[in-house]
Amino acid sequence: MPDVTTHKTTNAEASMQPSTETQTLVRIQDLEKRFDLSGSWLEQLQFKEGKLQRHQEFVHAINGVTLEVQKGEALCVVGESGCGKSTVARTVMGLISPSGGEIHYDGQRIDHLPAKAMLPYRRRMQMIFQNPYASLNPRMTIQQTLEEPLRFHQPGLNPSEVGDKVHEVMHAVGINPDWGKRYAHEFSGGQRQRISIARALAVDPEFIVADEPISALDVSIQAQVLNLMMDAQEARGLTYLFITHDLSVVEHFGTRVAVMYLGTVCELATTRELFANPRHPYTQALLSAIPRLEDDRPTHIRLQGEVPTPVNLPSGCVFHGRCPYADQRCRTEKPQLIPTAGGQVACHAVQEGRL
Amino acid sequence: MALLEVNHLDVRFALRGGDIQALRDVSFSLDRGERLGIVGESGAGKSVAAFSILNLIAQPGYIAGGDIHFDGQTLSAMSEHQLRQIRGHRISMIFQDPMMTLNPVLSIGEQMVECLRAHRRISHREAREIALDRLKQVQIPSPQKRLDQYPHELSGGMRQRIIIAIALLLDPDIIIADEPTTALDVTIQAEIMALLLELCEQHNVALMLITHDLGVVSQVTQRTLVMYAGRIIEQGPTKEIINDAQHPYTQGLINALPQMADPGQRLNQIRGAMPSLNAIPSGCAFNPRCDFATEHCRHVMPEFVTSGGCQVACHMVREMIEEAQHHA
Amino acid sequence: MTPSTTTTQVVPTRWQRFRASYLFYSFKRDRVAQISLLIFVALVLAAFSAPLIAPTDPYDLAQIDILNSELPPVWMEGSDPAFLLGTDAQGRDLLSTILYGARVSLLIGFGAVMLQGLLGILFGLLAGYYGGRIDAVLMRIADIQLSFSTLMVAIVVGAIFKATFGNLMFGEVAVLILILIIGIAEWPQIARTVRASVLAEKSKEYVDASRVMGFGSARIMFRHILPNTLSPIFVIATVQIANAIISEAALSFLGLGMPETQPSLGSLIKSGFDYIQSGSWWITLVPGLVLVVLVLVVNLLGDWLRDVMNPRLYKG
Ligand SMILES: Nc1ncnc2c1ncn2[C@@H]1O[C@H](COP(=O)(O)OP(=O)(O)O)[C@@H](O)[C@H]1O
Ligand SMILES: Nc1ncnc2c1ncn2[C@@H]1O[C@H](COP(=O)(O)OP(=O)(O)O)[C@@H](O)[C@H]1O
Ligand code: SF4
Ligand SMILES: [Mg+2]
Ligand SMILES: [Mg+2]
Repeated sequence: MPDVTTHKTTNAEASMQPSTETQTLVRIQDLEKRFDLSGSWLEQLQFKEGKLQRHQEFVHAINGVTLEVQKGEALCVVGESGCGKSTVARTVMGLISPSGGEIHYDGQRIDHLPAKAMLPYRRRMQMIFQNPYASLNPRMTIQQTLEEPLRFHQPGLNPSEVGDKVHEVMHAVGINPDWGKRYAHEFSGGQRQRISIARALAVDPEFIVADEPISALDVSIQAQVLNLMMDAQEARGLTYLFITHDLSVVEHFGTRVAVMYLGTVCELATTRELFANPRHPYTQALLSAIPRLEDDRPTHIRLQGEVPTPVNLPSGCVFHGRCPYADQRCRTEKPQLIPTAGGQVACHAVQEGRL
Repeated sequence: MALLEVNHLDVRFALRGGDIQALRDVSFSLDRGERLGIVGESGAGKSVAAFSILNLIAQPGYIAGGDIHFDGQTLSAMSEHQLRQIRGHRISMIFQDPMMTLNPVLSIGEQMVECLRAHRRISHREAREIALDRLKQVQIPSPQKRLDQYPHELSGGMRQRIIIAIALLLDPDIIIADEPTTALDVTIQAEIMALLLELCEQHNVALMLITHDLGVVSQVTQRTLVMYAGRIIEQGPTKEIINDAQHPYTQGLINALPQMADPGQRLNQIRGAMPSLNAIPSGCAFNPRCDFATEHCRHVMPEFVTSGGCQVACHMVREMIEEAQHHA
Repeated sequence: MTPSTTTTQVVPTRWQRFRASYLFYSFKRDRVAQISLLIFVALVLAAFSAPLIAPTDPYDLAQIDILNSELPPVWMEGSDPAFLLGTDAQGRDLLSTILYGARVSLLIGFGAVMLQGLLGILFGLLAGYYGGRIDAVLMRIADIQLSFSTLMVAIVVGAIFKATFGNLMFGEVAVLILILIIGIAEWPQIARTVRASVLAEKSKEYVDASRVMGFGSARIMFRHILPNTLSPIFVIATVQIANAIISEAALSFLGLGMPETQPSLGSLIKSGFDYIQSGSWWITLVPGLVLVVLVLVVNLLGDWLRDVMNPRLYKG
């Protein structure tokens, strides 16, 4: 059986690096992020066994994530809530600094750049947020919201050029440019999300991180916003890092998919491959749980237990407590990502050919 | 006669700009043991419809018209005291947020026992037995231990299981579940839905399932109501609605799902958004978004017509049926 | 793709927005707020136009006749119709002194709150936005500041000033000194409010969005976060005006505030206090009443504002 794996490996390598055309835009290398839960230094002091000790507790939100976003693709990151998707997004955008690992943009390491040196990258990478009701400043008109980034990044523009550009992006996202004097609360959720997209597009970025951009919207509006994002990708040659928990959206939108569980990537594959042939037991369970229209009854793979907290990470494979295929090795040894047909998977069972 | 019958329900909210009508002429029925899905976008009036059955609408809302019959009794004419005998006993509710039902300062066991003893003359011991039995039914790991735990000690999925156990406590005739899994992850959602379905079948309980997820509706329910801007616009057997929806809105809703388009292609979107209730267009409320709207649609509110097993409120569908009859 | 939910095409003007706002709506329905605002505006107008409308100028020694001292208000026996509310012990027209006194009190009230606002907003923003060590240091300073009562600060500052520059000089800049004392003693109140709302705003996504744009901290703090924390600042500032007026009155009553040559409401009450025994109660009671009314209406307005701007609190 191991032979098969190796055989597949060569296949995968061939398909993963087909030509010089695919170009890595963003590289996330061994990313780690811990959040300190224990408060200030004084609050950390505890009496234990008669001794005063310093006690610290961490949320291990990301534990060694390595991902490459290729130019022009939409890399989707999926996983259940709390698995660290947003943390990856926010670290890539420099909103929080990583506890370990590196982030490279277009060959340049950016995770420790001072604000000034980061500025040119700020124009090139933008973000769209989940909550349309919180992502626009309620005290600013739409016009002001859209003009500010332009004025900031291109101080050379004269007012009429700024006006033209704002007009153009508003038009591009399907918001009537005459409504510029209105405030965010006068728009519906879907319209606000369009405006958020317009704000991101205003500075002509090449890379957009979208953190659950449609999760808060109604089905009919989700389709509109998804189409808009696809239009923008086509018209402007955008690259997306698209974060979601909705697998049916991924199937439609993603070029490649990374499945995350407890802060680690457990499977990474092209969308087609992942949906046709999920390898990791967690991916399989996740896919089986999507309620499909054609189903008469729920037919999902039952997992034992629930997602453990990222405060005390399980040893070995993070999934072993819920995995139907877990054995002794899974409980002690952490699986590494190994290449498979069309992707990579981190699972001992797959590697050993048990699955 | 149906177990639950809602006729011409009219619910309004008295707001400072005047009344808004959250439900307009809503009529439907639910048979014993039947599973009914209510779908629609947020703000369509799904929750208001569910809440008004047990007269649970909060101020400034009020029931302005219509009547509700349950098992030979008229709920809409009952006093608050009489309704309390029905709530949680013969009709129980499951909300999206489990903490709406759970009391954070009482242990799970205490809450279940209290609920049982409020409606039945049984001893504390007996009540605890029943509670434990229900916890076993909802397949909670180590049920004995859960009785003494507090809601905050449990995960979201576990809490929703407890809620289901509480809903089943008094052997109700109907469970009304308002988006019970919207806040949960897909894997947990799948488990909870499967559980709910299994238990309803096992105990022959009727289920009214409110959700915006058409996939869930197709898996769990037998009949479906589609709501839009406070009205029912289509109802019928779930299979028929999913596979052969008649109303342009229902069609649009289904076709807008990512799985209905080829990967990488544009989704079939419905333009615009649902109007807010204080600005509902005249005629058919869907007309500004509808590809088939005519002048007639803009002025006259469509009545229900029967098409196959479905009831559809759409002029276009009515005309098509009339034409077909004409040819026949 | 044309959005169609917003039906009207006309963009409302600022005035239309205000008229449609909840603030205006609840004001229209709240009798207490209306009356309070009316009284407050009337008092402020009367006080600040004191030089124009007051019958006499209490600062002008030439207009004062000691023979007119302790005349009662007009509705009592032995009064002089020239002095509507009677006169004080030095023969000054009480109505005029009250008008001028209210002006001083209001000036100090507004001034002190402005200073509190300046310090409070600045430190509150810094503490809330940067968090960590800056937050810890600023908030400890605020705690220390609050643990000294206004009175103590006033005694110390007043004593130092009088010792260095003398009483005469103190009289000249008394208003400024009082603004400084009350402003410095009470800025932590505003700083805490600002900090709390900055913490709430900071976690919202529009702040992340401006950070993603690369905006500097100052721009984010002052252009994005500050405007969204104005409502609680507004509420507490209103209440603080009342507090500042009371503080000033208390200080003046104790002789630590405004000198008698330049009376505020507090010093009027104090100067009249000695004459209650001799039956001239009006010298102290009338300015006292004005003070109470002023503080009451400001507090009522503050309460109303808090209810309007924080509906969650209101509904309980
Ligand atoms: N600022 C923070 N402080 C402490 N813990 C955090 C913080 N942000 C995220 N976390 C924790 O990190 C984990 C990952 O969170 P997140 O990235 O938001 O997950 P997702 O977006 O996949 O739902 C969660 O357990 C969450 O509780
Ligand atoms: N407490 C309330 N006050 C005012 N209007 C309300 C209230 N609750 C509901 N409504 C109105 O009723 C409509 C339907 O609400 P709801 O039934 O909750 O929608 P959903 O279909 O999302 O459950 C809303 O669009 C809203 O206009
Ligand atoms: S490594 Fe083991 S525990 Fe982890 S997913 Fe694979 S089989 Fe399951
Ligand atoms: Mg997230
Ligand atoms: Mg609802």
